[in-house]
Amino acid sequence: MAGAKEIRTKIASIKSTQKITRAMEMVAASKMRKAQERMRASRPYSEKMLQVIHHLAKASPEYHHSFMVESRSVKHVGYIVVSSDRGLCGGLNSNLFRTLTHHIKDQHQAGIEPVFCTIGSKALGFFKRFGGRVLAHATHLSDKPHVEDLIGPVKVMLDAFERGEVDQVVIVYNAFVNTMTQKATLQQLIPIAGPDAHKTGAVWDYIYEPDAHYVLDRLLARYVESLVYQSVVENGACEQAARMVAMKSASDNAGNLIGELQLVYNKARQASITQEISEIVGGAAAV
Amino acid sequence: MAMTVQVEIVSAEGAMHSGQAAMVYAPGQMGELGIAPRHAPLITWLKPGDVRVEDAQGQVRQFYVSGGLLEVQPDVVTILADRAILAQNIDEAAALEAKRHAEDALSGQMAQFEYAKAQSELAEAIAQLRTIEKLRKMKTN
Repeated sequence: MAGAKEIRTKIASIKSTQKITRAMEMVAASKMRKAQERMRASRPYSEKMLQVIHHLAKASPEYHHSFMVESRSVKHVGYIVVSSDRGLCGGLNSNLFRTLTHHIKDQHQAGIEPVFCTIGSKALGFFKRFGGRVLAHATHLSDKPHVEDLIGPVKVMLDAFERGEVDQVVIVYNAFVNTMTQKATLQQLIPIAGPDAHKTGAVWDYIYEPDAHYVLDRLLARYVESLVYQSVVENGACEQAARMVAMKSASDNAGNLIGELQLVYNKARQASITQEISEIVGGAAAV
Repeated sequence: MAMTVQVEIVSAEGAMHSGQAAMVYAPGQMGELGIAPRHAPLITWLKPGDVRVEDAQGQVRQFYVSGGLLEVQPDVVTILADRAILAQNIDEAAALEAKRHAEDALSGQMAQFEYAKAQSELAEAIAQLRTIEKLRKMKTN
């Protein structure tokens, strides 16, 4: 009966794993609801902000902020990589890194060098192994990220842009499509994509109050903040959704495994009983 | 039919208002602004104060904003507020309390940045109270 006992302990261990994954699934489900709410709440703001920036890109302003000038050739690209802090969320982070490395490989052939700013410890760990140049990082943001926590590392990147060490800043994050689907996304942050070559309509400019310098400096700072914040909350919602799905499939798999093992166990038990009986019968016949 | 302009008010906490309006009033940094449809493009930052949106029927919706950005295009007015509250939802007691608290803080000794923070808190509380007053006046008229 040694085999049967082994199977029994195996079943017990899988059962306790299943308990953990099921608990994690439920925790992720409740966190996901909150994370989605947060994402939905701040989405209108960043969408409108993007719209304003698009309008601005179409205008011919009297003062060109450095984020708006798109003339210099791109040699270095700064990536702000948003990842999760914790694992066990399926292929979320690895999908993101795969998309990013494909992109970087293409860029590399064109002679463009990447530098990174990472948000979330998974991205930091990845670049430590991968060997990218990381300028700044922020890890262990809570489930409720604050803009203040993000400003520091993002500012390092923006300063590098101002100094001309980086010619373009791209933000990399998972966009939330729905609970089952998250889409790894690369979005150019600065310089702001200029107007199309065929400029439509007349040349116009805004009236600025009090003056263009003041208004645009603050506007562009706010634009970067709001977009980075939005991608962090969106990535947070993705993380919880991906974890929930991953844990659900883990629990289901554990269930299947337990079923199969139970079958094997029952068979082993039956076989040993049959054997015992036949031994007894054989023994009785011999007497 | 009177000319109208699309008005969008969003705060960092969500969309607050979206609809057609005949006139929009907002507290610009250089003074109160009244924006009619087909206004010239304009960008300005807002002070704490009240934003009023008047629709074609003369109905007024009043909001309190703690500051933010106003963008005017001929056919759309966008307000990106740091924080926005529908005027009738302002908690007067809380605003009074905040004002008293900020005044207390200002009268004491403190570091420069704390002083600036208390000052802006005071400005916000006063602007909230003024918005409530305006709302009351409008109702009695």
